[in-house]
Amino acid sequence: MIRIAIPSHLASYTDGAREVEAAGKNLAEVLHDLDRRYPGLRFRMIDEQDRLRPHIKLFVGSEMALRLDQQVTAGELVTITAALSGG
Amino acid sequence: MGDEVTLLLGTRKGAWIARSDAGRERWALDGPHHLGNMVHHLVRDPRDGRTLLAAARTGHLGPTVFRSADMGERWKEASKPPAFDKVPAGEKGRAVDHVFWLTPGHADQPGVWYAGTSPQGLFRSEDGGDTWHAIAGFNGHPDLETWTGGDKDGTPDGPKLHSVIVHPDDPDHLYIGMSGGGSFESRDAGATWSPLNKGVAMDFAPPGDYEYGHDPHCMVLHPADSNRLYQQNHCGIYRLDRPADTWVRIGDNMPRDVGDIGFPIVVHPRDRDTAWVFPMDGTDVWPRTAVRGKPAVYRTRDGGQAWQRQDNGLPREQAWLTVMRQAMVVDACKTIGVYFGTTQGELWASRDEGASWRCIARHLPRIYAVEVA
Repeated sequence: MIRIAIPSHLASYTDGAREVEAAGKNLAEVLHDLDRRYPGLRFRMIDEQDRLRPHIKLFVGSEMALRLDQQVTAGELVTITAALSGG
Repeated sequence: MGDEVTLLLGTRKGAWIARSDAGRERWALDGPHHLGNMVHHLVRDPRDGRTLLAAARTGHLGPTVFRSADMGERWKEASKPPAFDKVPAGEKGRAVDHVFWLTPGHADQPGVWYAGTSPQGLFRSEDGGDTWHAIAGFNGHPDLETWTGGDKDGTPDGPKLHSVIVHPDDPDHLYIGMSGGGSFESRDAGATWSPLNKGVAMDFAPPGDYEYGHDPHCMVLHPADSNRLYQQNHCGIYRLDRPADTWVRIGDNMPRDVGDIGFPIVVHPRDRDTAWVFPMDGTDVWPRTAVRGKPAVYRTRDGGQAWQRQDNGLPREQAWLTVMRQAMVVDACKTIGVYFGTTQGELWASRDEGASWRCIARHLPRIYAVEVA
């Protein structure tokens, strides 16, 4: 299983949990499994063309992921971040 | 019927519900709902009287629709929010940035809703707003990009599909407004579309007669006369009496030093000739504020032949607010109440058809939408 760190913005989907688990061999599969477990979460961070939304970033460990087909291995931590400045 | 009125407010930072006493004298605010979400529209279902739909997104997260079956006590997210069809790899597909407009379907079609989005798309739900599907005849129309000028060509906050109107005599007869793109209608539930822009100015383009590409800001079908449409456009105020298809610029009768530019237009629920607008400054670089910093509503009682200024109680000077296209509304009381929310987070009310005004809420976030529940 992959560990997923959930930002506060998406914690309403995970009943407040800030770390959850999901399965998959790459980020795309992990996010689909995450959405199966927490319906609706994926669409808030990935658009209908499978692109990350503008203010969402994904990290595998401490490395920012540039592609959703990036491989992940069991036990790794995937961190979802949501960053936006301004009012 | 008492005169209790409930107003639904969509703002940049959440939604509120304002409820009045029987005299529309005292008001209480319920909220925030969805604090931190940009709520572009909050609409009650007139067919059951208690279901609310909210078009929402946050700065970080994608768009969605929240639903409440009990006037906002509890909310549930749509399980399939409006989204464009996925395109094959390598093609540039569109993504909904925000749901901008919500319209309940025909009275004989409970559960049907329409949504207009930015960038411009038209979606329909048949299950009370839980799941949404694209209206292919619009979203997939080969001329859509030509009509709209593409996704870059819209308001500073993105292109908007708005003013989705379902004809009360024919659920398949739809009107829509596109900023930009113009007004269009469909008589087959969205399968095919025709432009409806004759007579409407397009001052931002070289001189010529244009079939589409216009910028209606807000269009309404009169509830007491379903042949009559009013439109506040980027380039004037217009009226259209069907079956004619050429708009008449009734804004030419506005005072010259005020002009006829604005966002909202609302109509009296029982009198086809009475309407209200909130003019804004559309000169020079388009400040889009109250003209000369002196906010005023203008009302016509004769279908636009003459307009009367209504500013009693409004700030006299140095008030540089404006009113967005969804942020003005009327109630249906014996003496009509008129309401508008401002970009500065104030909610203003008149319980005497605009003759006098009172601020009933302030310090709210920028108000996007005001509807009567």
